[in-house]
Amino acid sequence: MSTAAKPPTLELRGVVKNFGSVEALRSVDFEVRDGEVMALVGDNGAGKSTLIKSVAGIYSIDDGEILFEGRPVTIHGPKDAAKLGIEVVYQDLALCDNLDVVQNMYLGREVHDPFYRLREAPMEQRTTETLKSLAVTTVRSVRQPVATLSGGQRQSVAVARAVLWNNRVVFLDEPTAALGVAQTRQVLDLVKRLGEQGLAVVIVSHNLNDVFEVANRITVLRLGRNVGVYDRDKTTQQEIVQAITAGTAAEAAAS
Amino acid sequence: MSSAAPAEVQAAAGEDSLVAILRARWEAFKGGDVGSLPVIVGIVAITIFFTAKTNIFFTAVNFSNLIGQMAGVTVIAIGIVFVLLIGEIDLSVGYVSGLASVAVAEFQLAGSSHNYPGLVAMALAILVGAGVGAVQGSIIAFVGVPSYVVTLAGLLICQGLIIQILGTQGVIGITDKQVNDVSNYVLTKNTGWIVAIVLTALLGLASFGTYIGRLRAGLPTGHIVLTVVRVLFYGGLTFGAVAVCNHYRGVPLVGLIVVFVVVLFAYIAGRTTFGRHIYAVGGNAEAARRAGINVKLIRILCFVISGACAGLGGIILASRLNSVDLTFGGGTLLLDAISAAVIGGVSLFGGRGRVSGALFGGLIIGMISNGTDLVGSADWVKYVTTGTILLAAVTLDTVARRRQAAAGR
Repeated sequence: MSTAAKPPTLELRGVVKNFGSVEALRSVDFEVRDGEVMALVGDNGAGKSTLIKSVAGIYSIDDGEILFEGRPVTIHGPKDAAKLGIEVVYQDLALCDNLDVVQNMYLGREVHDPFYRLREAPMEQRTTETLKSLAVTTVRSVRQPVATLSGGQRQSVAVARAVLWNNRVVFLDEPTAALGVAQTRQVLDLVKRLGEQGLAVVIVSHNLNDVFEVANRITVLRLGRNVGVYDRDKTTQQEIVQAITAGTAAEAAAS
Repeated sequence: MSSAAPAEVQAAAGEDSLVAILRARWEAFKGGDVGSLPVIVGIVAITIFFTAKTNIFFTAVNFSNLIGQMAGVTVIAIGIVFVLLIGEIDLSVGYVSGLASVAVAEFQLAGSSHNYPGLVAMALAILVGAGVGAVQGSIIAFVGVPSYVVTLAGLLICQGLIIQILGTQGVIGITDKQVNDVSNYVLTKNTGWIVAIVLTALLGLASFGTYIGRLRAGLPTGHIVLTVVRVLFYGGLTFGAVAVCNHYRGVPLVGLIVVFVVVLFAYIAGRTTFGRHIYAVGGNAEAARRAGINVKLIRILCFVISGACAGLGGIILASRLNSVDLTFGGGTLLLDAISAAVIGGVSLFGGRGRVSGALFGGLIIGMISNGTDLVGSADWVKYVTTGTILLAAVTLDTVARRRQAAAGR
């Protein structure tokens, strides 16, 4: 990327995470920069989920360091991650079906007056603006319960929630896994727009077609190691598949 | 519905035309959001039925009686709503209310060492209920024991305590005027009218305040006619109720208490962050937890509310008879309270329903009980009817839930 002079927005250096005798992450380096979409790919058990959860504060790392905009940070819980502006959109989306779009966007962070009375108007306004800025136009009313939305619309709401709170880094865990063709299109467009808005976006996906469509760079994990970071424009799906399944020569030498 | 919304629907949502709003409402109705329609239909049907059966049912005297009869159950049901909203159940409310009845009688007992003034005795009784709720809620939230088991244990323990306190005598008379006034005091006719005016004015202020607030913020407001109709409807209902009561002796104080409790808790549930978090916990506790909501605290507080409402309900029931005995808290009280909440549209699956549902559900239960008594039917008719309506309400809830889920895919 051309912004190489600036430190990466989020950087992991030599991060290790063990579960008993299982080495889930073995000295992993990883980085993502403002305005780029970084894909994180790898086979099952490669350590993608562990990496996300370490950054999100659900797991604490055993070794290595996490840097945010070049300075080392410690992330002990989800609140620390949220404070830094790191948001993870999990596969299950964590939406309340019975609540409407506005209520979900502001869940746990409602706008209220000194008497804890909800102030609906500003919440509804900003929700509408945010959805519009992300070109999410298929949601008929921001006052309809999330239960009545389609899978793609729900994903959009979950992503928009990350944007609403001015997050710097957004992790998307398999955002298109459960979606049909049209809805996948919607969500991929949304992911691109996030990058264009200057956020650092990390997308975890099994679908290399999706990855090649939205990502600027691709990080491949294999058996808890980072086996390579590829520029989308200078690589092929074949090379990525090769890295995912068999690793690379460099990695083989290291182990 | 899952495919992109048709352009005309989007346009309609932006416009605030009456037709479009009604059509959107119809779509929501088909999607499983039936609102308060079944309850209103039920109330009208029951009224017509009993009015045809006996000429006492639709009279001012009976209306005043009905308010007294339904008040205790309705207040208990309001507490149940909060527990149902977080997807739990509280089986102890019957005997918790019984314990509070005994407590208020005990605390006002003339000639004893704890002969407190009526208001103090009542506050203590409500605290007893809230305390039982706090203990049960803590066990449920921290230990993770299912709520129906914890509250079943609570039910038995409270029943045991009632028997122990009442002892061999088995009855305590209530002589304190303040306690007896709760269910027996009647407002003067002029006070009744003032109450109607104040309530309608508050409703109008709240409704038009919201309307103007949204208008200023440039948000969709719904049609002004709908707001006006709503205020006129509920205002008319209030004035109608006061007029009917005044035709007899006047508005019973206990009716005002019920309205106050309904409004207070409807406000808490619908307009505060705490209320929003309750709905969130009921909808998806894991999502609520990840959003930084203190799920355990919310759970405990809902059981505290349930216990406190049961306490107030117990006071109302004790005050009505001017005494407490071993039958307090038993009988169909628990089932009536839960039925009232469920009939009022509160989902057993958590996260859906309104506090006002308890009032409508309580009204339906009260009307059936009152009507069958007037007609002189045997008890079995009352039970079978109430049971059937409960079954219908739960079925409706389940079907509505499924339809709503299906509408999203």
